Amino acid sequence: MGYDWHRPLESQTLRFTLLTFLAIVVGGLVLLIPPYFMQGTVETIEGVRPYTALELEGRDLYIREGCNNCHSQMIRPFKAETDRYGPFTMAGENVYERPFLYGSRRTGPDLSRVGGNYPDSWHWIHFRRPQDIEPRSNMPSFAHLYRWPLDLSLTQRKLEVLRTLGHPYADEEVRDAVAEAQAQAAVVVARLRDEQGIQVSETEAGSEIVALIAYMQRLGTDVDLPPIESARAGAAPGRP
Amino acid sequence: MSERVSIQYDMAVVRGFAISALVWGAVGMLVGLLAALQLAFPDLNLPPYLQFGRIRPIHTNAVIFGFTLGVVFAGSYYGVQRLCRVRMFSDSLSRINLWGWNAIIVAAAVTLLLGKSTSKEYAELEWPIDIAIAVVWVVYAINFFGTVARRREKGMYVAIWFWIATILTIAMLHIFNSMALPVSWWKSYSAYAGIHDANIQWWYGHNAVGFLLTTPILGLMYYFLPKQIDRPIFSHRLSIVHFWSLIFIYMWAGPHHLIYSPLPDWAQTFGTAFSVMLILPSWGGMVNGLLTMRGAWDRVRTDPLLKMFAVGITFYGMSTFEGPMMAVKSVNSLSHFTNWTIGHVHSGALGWVALTCFASLYYMIPRLWHTQLYSVRLAEAHFWVATIGLVLYVTSMWISGVTQGLMWRAVNPDGSLTYTFIETVAAIRVYDIIRVCGGALYLSGVVLMFINVWKTIQQGSSAVPEAGPALTPAPVGGGK
Ligand code: HEC
Ligand code: HEM
Ligand code: HEM
Repeated sequence: MGYDWHRPLESQTLRFTLLTFLAIVVGGLVLLIPPYFMQGTVETIEGVRPYTALELEGRDLYIREGCNNCHSQMIRPFKAETDRYGPFTMAGENVYERPFLYGSRRTGPDLSRVGGNYPDSWHWIHFRRPQDIEPRSNMPSFAHLYRWPLDLSLTQRKLEVLRTLGHPYADEEVRDAVAEAQAQAAVVVARLRDEQGIQVSETEAGSEIVALIAYMQRLGTDVDLPPIESARAGAAPGRP
Repeated sequence: MSERVSIQYDMAVVRGFAISALVWGAVGMLVGLLAALQLAFPDLNLPPYLQFGRIRPIHTNAVIFGFTLGVVFAGSYYGVQRLCRVRMFSDSLSRINLWGWNAIIVAAAVTLLLGKSTSKEYAELEWPIDIAIAVVWVVYAINFFGTVARRREKGMYVAIWFWIATILTIAMLHIFNSMALPVSWWKSYSAYAGIHDANIQWWYGHNAVGFLLTTPILGLMYYFLPKQIDRPIFSHRLSIVHFWSLIFIYMWAGPHHLIYSPLPDWAQTFGTAFSVMLILPSWGGMVNGLLTMRGAWDRVRTDPLLKMFAVGITFYGMSTFEGPMMAVKSVNSLSHFTNWTIGHVHSGALGWVALTCFASLYYMIPRLWHTQLYSVRLAEAHFWVATIGLVLYVTSMWISGVTQGLMWRAVNPDGSLTYTFIETVAAIRVYDIIRVCGGALYLSGVVLMFINVWKTIQQGSSAVPEAGPALTPAPVGGGK
């Protein structure tokens, strides 16, 4: 095979560029368009709801702090994985995930179903200094989240934007976004103080850590799942 | 072929990008070293800002967009003028490209430190910066195509093909993956949700690897390797075949980042199948590079630049063998989420991308300042510390990744999991420490390069006007 046929192309910039474009566009069209429109890609799952205002703020903090660089939120369908983290991830659970947070590294454990696995007080101690709970952990301390006040100035706008994108927030939810976030935060703080005996100062009660904990406790709780405690307990004797 | 005319090439923009790339390379790898240290010694996290979760994207953005793309801009501006025997289309566009791009990298570093991030890997920057990137990219495209259109040379040399593919693909990927609805200046929500967001992100992410860390680097190889070794590329026919197949096949392989995710099975299968096919065009590039050096291996012994090209191309071959293997479902079930991926990334990044970039810079810098390289022995030392460093980095991460993968899946006879998660963290700590040593060695090579370049610039001068065609013309085409 010679390459004489190719020579003319090498001197015709426009034609060469168009052909290049054709070559690079096909794969994307086939892989991106059909899944977007095909019915079967995303199954509808009962119980999957958008995040509350406070949880959404917590999720945005998760992104700000780059937790996704160490934690995945995608459980694969293997026994070892479902035993450790719970049922594997389904597309229908992720319909309100903007952006998706599957992650690509598991320096720390998967978090997609961490909600309810630990009491709030555990997170409270853990985030301030993870080594206090797990001396061999290489997770950083997030002590600043206990000092920085939770900023709710954009919360309502965030819900509006997400509603535009199709998240089914009710009018009141958007209108009262700030009040609802504050109310949910108060519940978290009350639980910490009254039920779990944690000293929460007033600064801390209005700080970002409360939103992050609310988000943690929400993760994976939309869908009714068989408890995974038995498997986890078997694997982790002595874990708190 | 062409009449002898005196062409004043625009080398100021090349000098600018060469220096900025070196600076971003040093910064980016320093941040990488800090990240590596933090994984081994978590007390080195200095929250709020200097904390692993925030600095990791600063590392990737600085080394990919500041360093690698900086060298690509420098090399393509250097090469395209000579290959077309014409000055850049527009000096103003060149300036906008240089200053605009570096402003973007500064903005990226600052906003990422402040936690303004979309979280999408290699696309972390928020929408105002995304728009700026699109604008500067279009400026580069106009400048590049304008130059090619006004060329005094009949054909376009293969390096130009690879740069054309880069320009088109990155524009397309960037625009579609960055679609988002703003909440404020520094916060937006992705236009896609859940699995669709994942699908488009890894279409972007994989092809960013393909068209930022592969095709433009092949362009550098195709331009600078024949120049340095002073012989034509081994086979023009191979160039043709591997160029078209590489760019076509690459675009199908993205789903290999989403194996065993909720992405439809048929799409995952496409990802695996095309990844395996991708070996052939990738190795086409490797063979073309290595065989260009055939019969000149004695020169490789004495020339650190050729050593860098040779080891770089070899690592290209290795990582493009490893990648397809990792795209096979059974292997990916072990490697995904582990340090194996990190080993793969850095065998490509430290081996192929950075060594080829260093060699291209070592080639250009003395010519840009009209002098000789200050010290060939220093460059030789750079080559050796870099190679030892990268071998330490990559092998430790391979072992670490396999260890992690095996421990995660290990089960006792009664079916319960053998290891707690934290036991798997503790087990890989020793490799994290070896990686720190490897990274430190690699970075010390960059420091040597800095000194060498500094001295070279001091002894040279940017003032002497370039006489275009009087210098050795690029070997165009040739071979079988
Ligand atoms: C350097 C990597 C790293 C970063 C960054 C990081 N983590 Fe962790 N995380 C870990 C490791 C390792 C563990 C396991 C040991 C432990 O419990 O501390 C862990 C454990 C956890 C756990 C307990 C999970 C379980 O099932 O036991 C939660 C919850 C958690 N991290 C949340 C976060 C959040 C939220 C952020 C961001 C604010 C974050 N992490 C940032 C590494 C990290
Ligand atoms: C001194 C040299 C370097 C050191 C010490 C270093 C260190 C690191 C560390 C610690 C991480 C995070 C790994 C993890 O999350 O577990 C990382 C990620 C990464 N680095 Fe580097 N790095 C170096 C050079 C480079 C260069 C030159 C490039 C590219 C040209 C590069 C590209 C990347 C990429 C793309 C990732 C993300 C990988 C992924 O998400 O899977 N690095 N690096
Ligand atoms: C034939 C070529 C290649 C194939 C088929 C391939 C395949 C793969 C696969 C399967 C993964 C792991 C995905 C996962 O499990 O998460 C991966 C990750 C990666 N590869 Fe490659 N690879 C190839 C070449 C390269 C080269 C040359 C580089 C250059 C540096 C590179 C850079 C990366 C990066 C940066 C990642 C990490 C992405 C992330 O998770 O953030 N690859 N590749």
